[in-house]
Amino acid sequence: MTREELQTSIAELASGATWDEGGQWPVVNILPEAWPELARTLKSDPLFAFDYLFCVTGVDWKSHLTVVYHLTSLRFRHTLVVKVKLDRAKPQVGTVCDIWRTAELHEREIRELFGVEFLHHPDPRNLILPDVWDGFPLRKDYEDPVNMIKL
Amino acid sequence: MIEELGTTEQGELVINIGPQHPATHGVLHLVVTLNGETIRKVEPHLGYIHRSIEKMCESLSYRQFIYTTSRMDYLSSHINNHACALCVENGIQVEIPERAQVIRVLMDELTRIASHLLWWGAMAMDVGAITPFFYAFREREMINDIMEETCGARLTMNYMVPGGVMMDIHPNFQRRVKELLLQFKHKLPEYHELVTDNVIFQSRTKGVGYLSADDAVSYGTSGPTARGSGVPCDIRKLYPYDVYSKLEFSECLAKEGDTFARYLVRMNELEQSIRIVEQLIDNIPEGDFQAKTKAVLKLPKGEFYQRVETARGEFGVYMISEGAMQPYRIKFRSPGFSNLSALDHMARGAKIGDLVAIMGSLDLVIPDIDR
Repeated sequence: MTREELQTSIAELASGATWDEGGQWPVVNILPEAWPELARTLKSDPLFAFDYLFCVTGVDWKSHLTVVYHLTSLRFRHTLVVKVKLDRAKPQVGTVCDIWRTAELHEREIRELFGVEFLHHPDPRNLILPDVWDGFPLRKDYEDPVNMIKL
Repeated sequence: MIEELGTTEQGELVINIGPQHPATHGVLHLVVTLNGETIRKVEPHLGYIHRSIEKMCESLSYRQFIYTTSRMDYLSSHINNHACALCVENGIQVEIPERAQVIRVLMDELTRIASHLLWWGAMAMDVGAITPFFYAFREREMINDIMEETCGARLTMNYMVPGGVMMDIHPNFQRRVKELLLQFKHKLPEYHELVTDNVIFQSRTKGVGYLSADDAVSYGTSGPTARGSGVPCDIRKLYPYDVYSKLEFSECLAKEGDTFARYLVRMNELEQSIRIVEQLIDNIPEGDFQAKTKAVLKLPKGEFYQRVETARGEFGVYMISEGAMQPYRIKFRSPGFSNLSALDHMARGAKIGDLVAIMGSLDLVIPDIDR
């Protein structure tokens, strides 16, 4: 699908979706409530066939958090970037690890480093940090007087 | 996690493999649940070498942050540097001289040969053959010496910079690479005879650690791990960068999806890398090795993503710029992290002894997984 075709078909699926201008790939911003259902359609609908989730990450924008999903279809070779905007005080979004299994470890990583809660995640434990770690290191306001070296 | 060790109610045994274990090749910690000798579950515990490189990059300039990436997948350091350089170049919109592009691809492929050689020796050692390790290091040492002459380092090269490469190649470079090719092409059939055709090696690897094509995609695996299951995913072919689009080489695929298939893909990739180096080594164009760039780089506001093919698979740099001298956020999509996530699926039902062979076929580099 071309960029325009992707935009029109996804606009029909998720109302309230907004698009970022420019960039190498189409970028859609959606609300967290709409994400798991949209994700399921993107994977299973043969028109999209987004079967390869190659990058999942979080970004702290100080006023809010976003979780960014990079998707590619190996059949059609089109790529889509989905951004889910989350409330910084209570960041919650549904898990997609039943749709793309690679998300399980990625979501665990984002959970401990950004403090995003992935609802219905099968194994929400710390992956990288010790179990007793305080705070979320990749947030912009994270302070750690003991372990952090200011550059 | 320590309390969980012991015997479960179902009579299953929970044991640690790692973080200090010769077959994990680094500080990987696996908590394995066993029923007798059969693996029920493999849980990776990470973070023993987590340096939070992504956080560090937020306070480094666009020239400095590249140096941290040599410390992630230290066996593909050239290729990691290459990805970051391409990503910054994409942001500042600079044209790279042909000479620099060719040198970069040459370095990438030599790195791939060195990395695959180390893997080949280590993989054979994991399943009980000691000698291949020494053979592999003989040629790998030659590549390290070539790198040392041109880049000044043997492992953490930091040779590729935004705009090209840091300095021109050493006058001996071409001669020594040709010497290496001559020796290596002569030795490669011997390596196949020694390990590939070895009946013990084959019985340890064939049919072990099966990964279907659908699962390979779902788990986000890439590189030889996915290509061993028949998924075409070579970034050099799909999204060519620098001079890869002008080169003749084929993507190595196998469809069996077992440990032996992944082994064969990597062995075939060695031949393809030799092919690429042969095409380029006598055709390095004259000219500058670096484009003129400003001393202080500033990227326009926006997002940039660059993917390259390392020895382990798809490496991605996701960079968000707010127009400052430092990136606002950088995410490194490391191939090892996703490849590791498939380990549990592949190892379930296998014997504990096979776990080492399966892990070997994934070619995990732990600093690349932890970042």
